Amino acid sequence: MSAATGVTTAAPRSTTSAPGAAGVDVGPLEDFAVGEGRAVVVQGRQVAVFRHRDGRLSALDAVCPHSGGPLADGQMDDRVVVCPLHLNVFELATGRSCSGQRDVAAHVAVVADGRVRVVLGGGRPDLAGAAPR
Amino acid sequence: MAPQRTTTTGATAVPALGDVPAPRRGGAPGKRRLVVVGNGMAGARTLEELLERGGGELFDITVFGDEPYGNYNRIMLSHVLAGEDDEEGIVLNPREWYSDNGIDLRCGVRVTSVDVHAKEVVDATGATTAYDVLVLATGSSPRIPPMDGVRRPDGSLLPGVQGFRGLDDTRQLLADARAHRRAVVVGGGLLGLEAAYGLREHGLEVTVVHSAAHLMNQQLDAAGGAVLRRSIEGLGVTVLTGTRTTAVTGDERATGVVLTDGTHVPADVVVLTAGITPNAELALRAGLTVERAVVVDDQMRCVDTGLAEGAAGVGGAAGGAPDGVYAVGECVQHRGVVYGLVAPLWEQATVLADVLTGADPRAEYHGSRTCTKLKVAGVDVAAMGLSEPERAEDELIVFSESSKGVYQSVVVRDGRLVGATLVGDVRRTPVLQQAFDRQLPLPEERLRLLFDLGAAGEEQGAAELPDDAQVCNCNGVSKGAITGAVAGGCTSVKGVMDATRAGKGCGSCKGLVGQLVELAADGALVEDPSVHWYVPGVPLRKHELVAAIREQHLTSVSAVFAALAPGGEHDAKSTMGLTSLLRTLWPDEFVDERGGRFINDRVHANIQRDGTFSVVPQMKGGVTTPEQLRKIADVAEKYEVGMIKVTGGQRIDLLGIRKEDLPAVWADLGMPSGYAYGKSMRTVKTCVGTDFCRFGLGDSTQLGIDMESRFQGLETPAKLKMAVVGCPRNCAEAYVKDVGVVAVGSGRWEVYVGGAAGASVRKGDLLATVSSPAEVMTVTGRFVQLYREWGNWLERTYDFVPRMGLERLQAVLLEDSDGLVAELDAALEESVGAYRDPWAEGAEPRTPGQFRTALPLVPLPLVPSRPTGAPGGLQADAHSSSAAVPVAAEPVPAGADA
Repeated sequence: MSAATGVTTAAPRSTTSAPGAAGVDVGPLEDFAVGEGRAVVVQGRQVAVFRHRDGRLSALDAVCPHSGGPLADGQMDDRVVVCPLHLNVFELATGRSCSGQRDVAAHVAVVADGRVRVVLGGGRPDLAGAAPR
Repeated sequence: MAPQRTTTTGATAVPALGDVPAPRRGGAPGKRRLVVVGNGMAGARTLEELLERGGGELFDITVFGDEPYGNYNRIMLSHVLAGEDDEEGIVLNPREWYSDNGIDLRCGVRVTSVDVHAKEVVDATGATTAYDVLVLATGSSPRIPPMDGVRRPDGSLLPGVQGFRGLDDTRQLLADARAHRRAVVVGGGLLGLEAAYGLREHGLEVTVVHSAAHLMNQQLDAAGGAVLRRSIEGLGVTVLTGTRTTAVTGDERATGVVLTDGTHVPADVVVLTAGITPNAELALRAGLTVERAVVVDDQMRCVDTGLAEGAAGVGGAAGGAPDGVYAVGECVQHRGVVYGLVAPLWEQATVLADVLTGADPRAEYHGSRTCTKLKVAGVDVAAMGLSEPERAEDELIVFSESSKGVYQSVVVRDGRLVGATLVGDVRRTPVLQQAFDRQLPLPEERLRLLFDLGAAGEEQGAAELPDDAQVCNCNGVSKGAITGAVAGGCTSVKGVMDATRAGKGCGSCKGLVGQLVELAADGALVEDPSVHWYVPGVPLRKHELVAAIREQHLTSVSAVFAALAPGGEHDAKSTMGLTSLLRTLWPDEFVDERGGRFINDRVHANIQRDGTFSVVPQMKGGVTTPEQLRKIADVAEKYEVGMIKVTGGQRIDLLGIRKEDLPAVWADLGMPSGYAYGKSMRTVKTCVGTDFCRFGLGDSTQLGIDMESRFQGLETPAKLKMAVVGCPRNCAEAYVKDVGVVAVGSGRWEVYVGGAAGASVRKGDLLATVSSPAEVMTVTGRFVQLYREWGNWLERTYDFVPRMGLERLQAVLLEDSDGLVAELDAALEESVGAYRDPWAEGAEPRTPGQFRTALPLVPLPLVPSRPTGAPGGLQADAHSSSAAVPVAAEPVPAGADA
């Protein structure tokens, strides 16, 4: 498993009230499988964190607005995640729905010292490191 | 009721009907004596009509029946032969009906002669019975074609040779079907095809020999006959047309027939269905006029030849009619026509009853416009009037879709319908029949005859649907949403489907969605080329993709994207299909990237709407043991399973299992995965086979278990369901499975493919009939492997089989037309050998979070539970605990403690 590199190690500019400058620690990077999502709780909020093959991380609200499907269990590529229940599609960088559902909130996830940290809110592509489209 | 024996003889003075003195007859003064010769459908129907008109008060009725039964529905004999009905099911009037109605039924007694002067009949027992009114309803017999060796020296038919007219014939055929393997049916008309179908259902090899150039030439034109032929051949029946049988071989028993070209067709059973001969001999000897059959006038009255004495001028009919003698049914010739169908017979019986009872003394029969609507050997056929144009100015409108077995033609003369032939799709029959019977004016646009009139609601054109009509029931998409998407700029069917998700559930509405988009786009439709691609993210059709993967030796999903996707870009919607394909192509070398799998395949369970999973342990062939059941029960209690459900696939489903519990559940079960979640071979349903069932013809249970052992877990383009049944009663629904195997006796098995009973319902096509379970495995294996290699992603076999064409499949798989068989066999063997039970991996997660919960992290009881305490319901508070995964104290990730 290659170590995360690049933007993920950059200290995010915190724009939220998350404790600490670099957001909330949600666990060691090796707990997050490459090419998959995983759900965590951040300040009482369910967040799905996705680990891209190139080391980037994305984070969205974990619940599909269509009928409550677990987005962390969806299939992902560089750009989108597909909800496993009814195949609704959401952009990882922005949370925007590509299939006519409500958007989900996007968050920022980064790696610092081998641990994943999540900052709620924003969904700033520059921070999340997702390639804008 | 005492048998009536008259002592009256030499009564040459014939009084008018109404003046007949009351006979001595069980204290029923004033009643006339009615004798009916023949207790078949015509005779019995006439009696029913008579009774309805008060005939019971007017007549003392005696009926002679050749067969020792009450009255049964002869038309349904084909159902009895095919095993679709039993003898009791076709009884129209049991013997009690006769006694209840005061009718003297002389069952099994044949009338040998009629004396129209003495007005009495003599039967085989030598008894005479006097009548005032005589009705001949003697029916017809199978025509015995001129063939050498068909009769023994004593004039009787060679054993093994028989007709298909009566209950005894049917019983004999049923007995022969159990004891023998090969049958020849002489004559490819309605009856012949029914016999062939019935015998085929019993597993016999059947050959139909038909002298005309096409089947059912009485009713169908050549093109219709050709379409019917394909369907009949699809049942596995051999059809030979344009040739005749010249001889029957065999000394003690038939061994086959010889055709005009000298070919010998071996057969243990020879069924004669090459036409019928009206039973007119009795009438002929009585001096009645007989041409092709017993000649009657418009009141069904017989005519005498004029040779007999004493009857001329009596009874009212010019040219001489014997007094009080009538005839009805297949033995009758009316205005030059002899009918062999039931509808004209009913009309005749009605007229005769009107005349005899005086309900309508002037009732007349003017002939029938025959409309035949039948199911021949499982194929719907309707025919009326002309089958082909006769005059130069006759119009002919034809619609033919032979691949679907559909053929329709209509013949129009002077703006009126004079004939129609429908094969395969007969939904227009009522409309056409109305136009035909009443000679209604026809629509100027003749096509409307076949395509618009009388369309049922569900076939309503896409254009006529209201905007709020729901088109996609899975995703709740209305017509308005679809046309709205087009208006919003979507120009392809796929674009609309993506935007609205219409057609993305079960897929059964795709056709209608396509039509709607086409309509709404009004010609501006663009075909999205990606509809032909195997997956949307790689612009290649399946065979191109397979070739590229093999050529470049791509063994992982990432490698495929890198090499073949535009810009090397990953596509989430394509990974599942690619994973499946790569596993098929590289059983051993496949590099598994877990993210490429759908969640179900990552955790080997089926995700449910609340994010929990269902677990279905393997239960091969649907056979289980007390030990398995105990384990399942223990697991269900231990993990507070939300519901235990017996599945349609003959297994047990444990619903509401938490993701993080999955490995422990498998470990406790100690049973292999039942694969109830994948695009893969799911299950093999079986019936109880031969061990316990009294009808079983083959050990379906064992074969099903063996098949499940061999094909378990194989990735397929879409889910694949199988079933094996021990007889054609089909208790495990093999006819509607992707692969269905049916024991047909004598050690033989039929293999059906492409069946479905989901959103689409389709009976499978008969791929092959084989002689051993081993051959079933071989043929099934080849089919499955071909489907794995050639089927499109998510293409069920019910689409795959028609797309490939049954004949093509048979050529490739059975005759090795393409030289593929050895490769298919080897590839399947490799995949079977590479099989590993996925539940065995439970002990050691393959990825860090494989069994960590994704939801719910907070209480989220979404699925309505069965009421607490109800059967299948929860114990109090059981489910809430599964939903109430405690919200982890920050910043620890929930599930880390799972």
